[in-house]
Amino acid sequence: MSKLTPVLSAHWDEKDSFTIEAYTRHGGYSASKKALAMDPDAVIQMVKDSGLRGRGGAGFPTGMKWGFIPQGDDKDHYLVVNADESEPGTCKDTPLLMANPHVLIEGCIIACHAIRAKSAFIYIRGEVTHVVRRVNAAIADAYKAGHLGNGIDVTLHIGAGAYICGEETALLDSLEGFRGQPRLRPPFPAIAGLYARPTVVNNVESISSVPAIIANGAEWYQSMGTEKSKGATLYSLSGHVNNPGQFEAPLGITLREILDLAGGVRDGHRLKFWTPGGSSTPLFTDAHLDTPLDYEGVSAAGSMLGTKALQIFDETTCVVRAVHRWTEYYKHESCGKCTPCREGTWWLVQILRDLENGTGTEADLEKLLDLCDNIMGRSFCALGDGATSPITSSIKYFRDEYIAHVTNGACPFDPVQSTLFVGAVKQ
Amino acid sequence: MSLNHEVMQSIIKRYPRSRSAIMPLLHYVQSVSGYVTNEGIETISKILEIETAEVSAVATFYTQYKRKPVGEYHVGVCTNTLCAVMGGDAIFSALKDHLGIENDGVTDDGKVSLEHIECNAACDYAPVVMANWEFYDNQTVESAKAIVDGARQGNPPAPTRGPNRLVTYKEASAVLAGLDDGLAREGVQAGGPTLLGLKLSKEGK
Repeated sequence: MSKLTPVLSAHWDEKDSFTIEAYTRHGGYSASKKALAMDPDAVIQMVKDSGLRGRGGAGFPTGMKWGFIPQGDDKDHYLVVNADESEPGTCKDTPLLMANPHVLIEGCIIACHAIRAKSAFIYIRGEVTHVVRRVNAAIADAYKAGHLGNGIDVTLHIGAGAYICGEETALLDSLEGFRGQPRLRPPFPAIAGLYARPTVVNNVESISSVPAIIANGAEWYQSMGTEKSKGATLYSLSGHVNNPGQFEAPLGITLREILDLAGGVRDGHRLKFWTPGGSSTPLFTDAHLDTPLDYEGVSAAGSMLGTKALQIFDETTCVVRAVHRWTEYYKHESCGKCTPCREGTWWLVQILRDLENGTGTEADLEKLLDLCDNIMGRSFCALGDGATSPITSSIKYFRDEYIAHVTNGACPFDPVQSTLFVGAVKQ
Repeated sequence: MSLNHEVMQSIIKRYPRSRSAIMPLLHYVQSVSGYVTNEGIETISKILEIETAEVSAVATFYTQYKRKPVGEYHVGVCTNTLCAVMGGDAIFSALKDHLGIENDGVTDDGKVSLEHIECNAACDYAPVVMANWEFYDNQTVESAKAIVDGARQGNPPAPTRGPNRLVTYKEASAVLAGLDDGLAREGVQAGGPTLLGLKLSKEGK
């Protein structure tokens, strides 16, 4: 039996999978019909029972989040879908929306009903023109078919290039027409979110997982996954592997199993380091090949499941170069609101630049760790925390490689060797 | 072409509060002018009844809003870690040499601008190049040169996962303002890597 469990991806191989015709052909919009006939609290209970947890990185139980919305308060409620997929390595929501935007819209209808919201906003990053077309067309078709517009509206909001807007409160500020900067919590969005109204912010994959749960039941969903991490999810494999791609599997599968399916690390090379869930999750090495990729398993091994973005780097890759580049990203994307993140990431980049080009010193490693210690947990949001993850984990596993740059007076790696243009021919 | 107030009002009507329309309005200004002009900022500030400084504050926060003209074809090379390591750095360096421009530069004919970009959510297609924010997957130095050469001749190759032809920067900006260009049904539903897991599961693996 296959280890894979395509649910979200089940019909992506049909050429017209993104159309409303294809979606309804496979039973689409029957789950929302079923949910709309249910008591909203029963829908919330069903999602709670399914064990679905947030697929955007944090893993917070989705049904519980919905349950935080105050009821009978005579206020407008909002559902906001986070489609601002920007965490380095993360590439699941974008192909999902390109191949089947309707599953998200149906999920929005169900979630709006559950939390008693009349409006949903989908906040999509602006750098994906064709995905924007697909989602907008799907919304228009859903209106034409009468799935939307009868008490529930969905509006697409298109971002403009800012990683920070993937952080839920920065996203809300951005959606309100401001610079995308995180808010201090409390109040949490469930109490004062969009326009200071009770708001649920969920990831694309989380909301898209809901129609199948309503259609097949909480028990079906619970039958997949591990004790505390239920269901199936999209694992995105990229980097130095023979066959990168999307793998929808029950939570708890291991990298070894996924690599086996993907034909392994590129021929003639071996695994050096990898991220379990994007660049903000501490690096793993070949010692973690059998770590169960669920929320608990990855956490117990010292990292985070995050977005399940499995970026694979082989032995040709300089870890200092990789970490330096990620750090430049965090520096560029820091919104500037909190001093430890804004200033700290600038210092981190300067030290890493020296270390990579061989002009750093061994003492710089301690300085890096000290800076990380002063950034971690000291800002409004997790961007700064994420910036420290690749640094502290790489020093933990590859201190010798940092030192080699210092003693060598230069980077000992040839960057050409890690490109796809040389070495093993890609299939 | 000038800003169409009816279009701007239709964008504002999407939201319960008008200020939320700033971002699509800025995309709309770019679709008309090719970048965020001072006139565009003034028009948005008048129509939303807020200060120009408030509009500028938003326009300068987000990387996709350009305060000076970009090329008709704006090319971005992903140089975030994974793409960079797998060839993005080599592609970006080769394009700079080939076009004779630096990061954020525009060719003299105004056809192509170049920018190194961050992770664009297509890592399983690395190295990735974007042109007017359409996907060009699995790029090499040669294939990336073919994009910019074609663009300069007015005949760029079609995106890997996108419509049958590469739209211009202004046309793409209109899509990002939420306006329909009728091309949603063009192009593939998914590329090979997107379908790999599904294919393997059907093979019982």
